Amino acid sequence: MSILQILFFALSAFAIVSAIMVLISKNPIHSVLWLILVFFAISGHYILLNAQFLAIVNIIVYAGAIMVLFLFVIMLINIKKDSEPQKQFLVKLLGVLAGGSFLTLLVALIKQTAQIEGRQLLMKDGVIGLIHPLGKVLFTDYVIPFEISSVLFLSAMVGAVIIGKK
Amino acid sequence: MTLHSFDWALVIEKLILIIIIVLTTLLITLYTTFGERKVAAILQDRPGPNRVGPFGLFQPLADGLKLIMKEEIIPTAASKWLFILGPGLAMTASLMTSAVIPWSTDLHLFGRTIALQVADVNIGILYVFAVVSMSVYGIMIGGWASNNKFSLMSALRAASQAISYEIAMGLALIALLMTTGTLSLKTIVADQVSGHWWNVVYQPLGFIIFFICAMAECNRTPFDLPEAENELNFGYHQEYSSMKLGFYLFAEYVNMIMSSAIMASMYFGGYDLPFFDESTVAPNIAAMIGIGTLLIKIVLFVFLFMWIRWTIPRFRYDQLMNLGWKTMIPLALFNMLLTGALILAKL
Repeated sequence: MSILQILFFALSAFAIVSAIMVLISKNPIHSVLWLILVFFAISGHYILLNAQFLAIVNIIVYAGAIMVLFLFVIMLINIKKDSEPQKQFLVKLLGVLAGGSFLTLLVALIKQTAQIEGRQLLMKDGVIGLIHPLGKVLFTDYVIPFEISSVLFLSAMVGAVIIGKK
Repeated sequence: MTLHSFDWALVIEKLILIIIIVLTTLLITLYTTFGERKVAAILQDRPGPNRVGPFGLFQPLADGLKLIMKEEIIPTAASKWLFILGPGLAMTASLMTSAVIPWSTDLHLFGRTIALQVADVNIGILYVFAVVSMSVYGIMIGGWASNNKFSLMSALRAASQAISYEIAMGLALIALLMTTGTLSLKTIVADQVSGHWWNVVYQPLGFIIFFICAMAECNRTPFDLPEAENELNFGYHQEYSSMKLGFYLFAEYVNMIMSSAIMASMYFGGYDLPFFDESTVAPNIAAMIGIGTLLIKIVLFVFLFMWIRWTIPRFRYDQLMNLGWKTMIPLALFNMLLTGALILAKL
């Protein structure tokens, strides 16, 4: 086995174990901390694919900012281990249904994708994940979706300010 | 790439480099605490520590020994693993920045060219930014795990402060990246060495914004709200004792040294000795001169940090937030627009 394959399987195992721990941790703070580890494992996968920019942005935005806010909110509302409300059976069932159908969708999509069918792991190869090619593509081929999504973010920010002022 | 075709010499070389950098940083940190006490003493017109050894030079060793020998207390109501993880995370996050700092030009030893930088990654500055955003976890986890209301308050303060000042810091960085056109710290420093002026000339406002934000990210006075002792007793490390407390205290000084190194590299030419042509001396000697120059710049920045700490009183919490959101961020945005306009005008 090559070093890259060893790294790939180690990172995958790490990601899956952490993801399971997010679900089965009783304490919401522990769940958030495990979720941060999941993001790190995924960033490791991005680095194996030589998508350095994506990897570091994943860490800055998700692990660094959004998770800090999650932690902040959970600490502020101070959920105790025992006082966490138990969900009803129907709600749980609906959750399983929704999650299961999403999983089926993902698996079906991955199976149908022609690009990865019958391919070996593509690791440490290609430059599309580096910042120069990515920036060029974003500001030439995909400039309209890029600008529209930034307008979307701006409107979300304005909305947050308005809700905050009420 | 199999295990056999791996360049093991490179791995060993990098490992040695990492060990040297970490040990040197910790040694300098030890004496930074001494320097802090001496600077405070000079500014307050008193002698400062002068009992242990000549001029009190062994004082940091005595401090370290005292911290290690103290009894280790873990509160019974604390969540134990996170309580232990907190200081470790704070220390790790502050040391991780050193990986992308270019310490000097290449060394030539035993027929190999040794780059004095652990990793020249394509995304150097963003890596630093990611580590900075990680460093708040040490404080948050430690403060929450202590199961103490003051610690929790302080952890929440630290989180909101870090998030607020990260934005302005990022915007100041974007303006710098617009002028340099690269994210790699090695290239940024090399561009400043070869011919044209230091980046601070092109980005004076950006540097001031970055410096203030760095001070806020390091939790230094006037931004040390998370450990404001007259409001929060002792802040997030209130329940900590022995070397765990020591780790938190040291991590602050390591942060200070690392952000000084980053600022020196990004805005003040890194290892570049001004008015001196490095190509006139042997490469190894040039590398040594480079390391010395960078260290001197770091010491000057650290002194600036201390000078400010012992001169300016602490902000009130609302003042801190107002400064962050209503002054620094608009200023950084303006700086970005100005830089963009100047680049356009030059084209």
